Amino acid sequence: MKLTVNGVQREVDVEGDTPLLWVLREELGLTGTKFGCGIAVCGACTVHIDGVAQRSCALPVSLLQASQKITTIEGLAENADHPVQQAWAELDVPQCGYCQSGMMMAAASLLSQNPSPSEAQIRSHITNICRCGTYPRVLKGVQIASEHLANKGAAPQNEKA
Amino acid sequence: MKKPDLRDSTQTTLSRRSFLKSGTVAAGAFVFGFSFPLARPAFANAEATEVNAWIVVEPDDTVIIRIARIEMGQGALTGLAQLVAEELECDWSRVQFELVKPGENLSRGKVWQNQSTGGSRAIRGSQAYLRQAGARARAMLLAAAAEDMNVPEAECEVHQGRITHGPSGRSVSFGQVAHAAQRFTPPEEVPLKDPSEWTLVGKDVKRLDTRDKLNGSLVYGMDFTLPGMLVAVPKACPVHGGTLKQFNAEAVKSMPGVKHVLRVDDESVAVVADTFWHAKKALDALPIEWDEGPNATVSSDDIAKLLAEGLSDETAYIGNQIGDAKTVLADSDQVIEADYQYPFQNHAQMEPLCATVRFDENRCEMWGPTQVPESALATLAEASGLPQTQCEVHTMRIGGSFGRRLATDYVKQATLIAKQIPGTPVKMMWTREEDMAQGRFHPVTQCRLRATLGEDKNLKALHMRISGQSIMAYAMPQAMGPSGDPIIFQGLDPEGDMAFGYSVPNLLVDYAMRNTHIRPGFWRGVNLNQNALYMECFIDELAHASDTDPLVFRQRLMAKHPQHLAVLNAAADGIGWDTTPPKGVGRGIAQVKGFGSYVAAAAEVSVDNGTLKIHRIVAATDPGYVVNPQQVEAQVAGSFVYGLSPLLYSECTVESGRIKQSNFHDYRVMLLQDMPEVEVITVATGGFWGGVGEPTIAVAAPAVLNAIFAATGKRIRSVPIKNSDLMA
Repeated sequence: MKLTVNGVQREVDVEGDTPLLWVLREELGLTGTKFGCGIAVCGACTVHIDGVAQRSCALPVSLLQASQKITTIEGLAENADHPVQQAWAELDVPQCGYCQSGMMMAAASLLSQNPSPSEAQIRSHITNICRCGTYPRVLKGVQIASEHLANKGAAPQNEKA
Repeated sequence: MKKPDLRDSTQTTLSRRSFLKSGTVAAGAFVFGFSFPLARPAFANAEATEVNAWIVVEPDDTVIIRIARIEMGQGALTGLAQLVAEELECDWSRVQFELVKPGENLSRGKVWQNQSTGGSRAIRGSQAYLRQAGARARAMLLAAAAEDMNVPEAECEVHQGRITHGPSGRSVSFGQVAHAAQRFTPPEEVPLKDPSEWTLVGKDVKRLDTRDKLNGSLVYGMDFTLPGMLVAVPKACPVHGGTLKQFNAEAVKSMPGVKHVLRVDDESVAVVADTFWHAKKALDALPIEWDEGPNATVSSDDIAKLLAEGLSDETAYIGNQIGDAKTVLADSDQVIEADYQYPFQNHAQMEPLCATVRFDENRCEMWGPTQVPESALATLAEASGLPQTQCEVHTMRIGGSFGRRLATDYVKQATLIAKQIPGTPVKMMWTREEDMAQGRFHPVTQCRLRATLGEDKNLKALHMRISGQSIMAYAMPQAMGPSGDPIIFQGLDPEGDMAFGYSVPNLLVDYAMRNTHIRPGFWRGVNLNQNALYMECFIDELAHASDTDPLVFRQRLMAKHPQHLAVLNAAADGIGWDTTPPKGVGRGIAQVKGFGSYVAAAAEVSVDNGTLKIHRIVAATDPGYVVNPQQVEAQVAGSFVYGLSPLLYSECTVESGRIKQSNFHDYRVMLLQDMPEVEVITVATGGFWGGVGEPTIAVAAPAVLNAIFAATGKRIRSVPIKNSDLMA
């Protein structure tokens, strides 16, 4: 079947029940998207599908159309310079880092829908689990990324769709 | 400085090629004998010079600092490099790192010392020899530069990776003289800087290991791959101590991608396939019969009863004893008594357990996460049947660990699988369900506290009886002594890194060991977590019983413990203890000493319609010296996720002999929406080196529980509080 991943059409030969996560990781070698729980709870596997954050670990690949644009952390921005990635670097957000691909994808998706989220909106929207406890810096990181966006006057457009 | 030793230096120069360097995507590329392209030609740079075991300098002035301890998120990697760089006087912007492997460490006479990373010891356990390593390398580079410029050493200064001759103004860089420096032997001990002279240690520098966590390029153990590699997904008997009776491999052998269905050991089976997904699907479909053994019917209630018996057992190990608490309590007609409990917890680190092992008759190697590289190497050797000299562990940065990978059970399992498929690299990956079932659990304990007050309202006698599981009895039985488990009394010890902070004229702290079949392990904070909760909540109860402010009640007991007291006062000042809280808001406070540091927390909470809201937490910590304040802040604030998840939501319970919780849907942990504002106060008084990763966890829960009492009058003695009705 055909998938559009990070702007490139890819052909994969997998059973239809294979979750998107494992197609990305094991067929396409995109290991930036992580396995955490396998039941779409922890969010380590978060990717964008047509710009919207989705957990990929329990999403059968057969449900996707070739026309749907899948974006992983590797394709979030050229040179890893998405405002969220920049804010994350500025604040040294990651500790172990394992959940952070998903965390950043969730944050980027939130900001693309709502460039100026309130603190309460950030808290309720980002439901990814971090066991190191980076939450305070995640919160601040989203706020800083939001400010960067406001200064640029536009929502992030550099996603490799 | 001695004159150069002109021995051939190629050996040490070459040895660094086998190291894993930061910033690489193909982590396995050059550390193993497979012939696929190196990620960066720079790896083959034979011009790079090992100045000493910790420091490699490249001709372009890049300084590579070797990291022997394990980075699992706690930020130690950066702090360790800062300690070396402080004395080396290199240019911090040119610093990179590479990770040390235990086989190489062994073959070089443990030149990188202890790699084991636990007990909040990475920084405090390494700082002396790392600073010395930096200073000695600086001395070597200085001597080489002086020789190069033909000037006296005493007229030269080292700054930012350059050695400058003062009188002439001439200078050379580290990269220019590193090769020559290697021939000098520095003095055994080079005088170190006074802490007041530090320019890098104590400063907010960015982590060295962030970049590849931002673009998905960091290769964790779960991401690692080798040509021809297969993936194994194992399953062990869900009842600890049970065994694998049989399984029907034929039923799944024809499923897509399945290559092998193997008995791993007495208790586990694994499906080996071309991908994780194929292996997992086949494992789920595999008919397995277990012999669950004698614990097949054990429940949490049975365990609670077992522990409750220990609360009144006549015999117990004594941890701290002053005066005669038992007699004073027996003679008192006003004894205040309370029972507390703390459940099993799973580490639930984000990266499930995994390890890639390649075995053949001459060599066995592992690529994967461990907190104990030396033990992992020993496990690899034992399980493979090869001597340690023919084994190697390629250490990696870890996706969270919190103590889980102090155990090497999964290393053994991965090796036993790979051993059955010689020549083929096998990546063993656990599902989250396996990780939940086969954890090394935070031990379950109960506690009975009994006390009486004197006429002055001060604490006159206190008996604290802990009953429950010993981690050491399971994990390190060789460390059990005549006085029992040496770490059971963390935070309650008479002196040392875990010293009790109150003076009580009649004190007895003792322990009745009650072990269960659930395998315990070291869980971030270890026994300090429940000990501080028990003691600090009960102290709060006593304060209220004596109608004394909980801060004042503590302060009166702490005159002889000024360092504990200073941190307690810092937390109290931070929360504004002497002001009136907003209506409906209660304040609580707690303190303890653990892992060499003094810590305290104060919390503000309210309970509205039975729903708890934690408004604010102020955490104060005195670890003596602080290497990287912004990372200490991250550790302390982050530690509250580990401290408050068990308070609010998480627990592991036992049903039919097995852990009932199977994934994050029923082992609930804190999310961003639960995270209170945490204000971190660092009181670095100097003169000692305390740990940072763990101690503050322990004060989170009691501070909040005490605040709940202040807000509601309700005393909760059992966590998580999701099991308590805050309305009642």
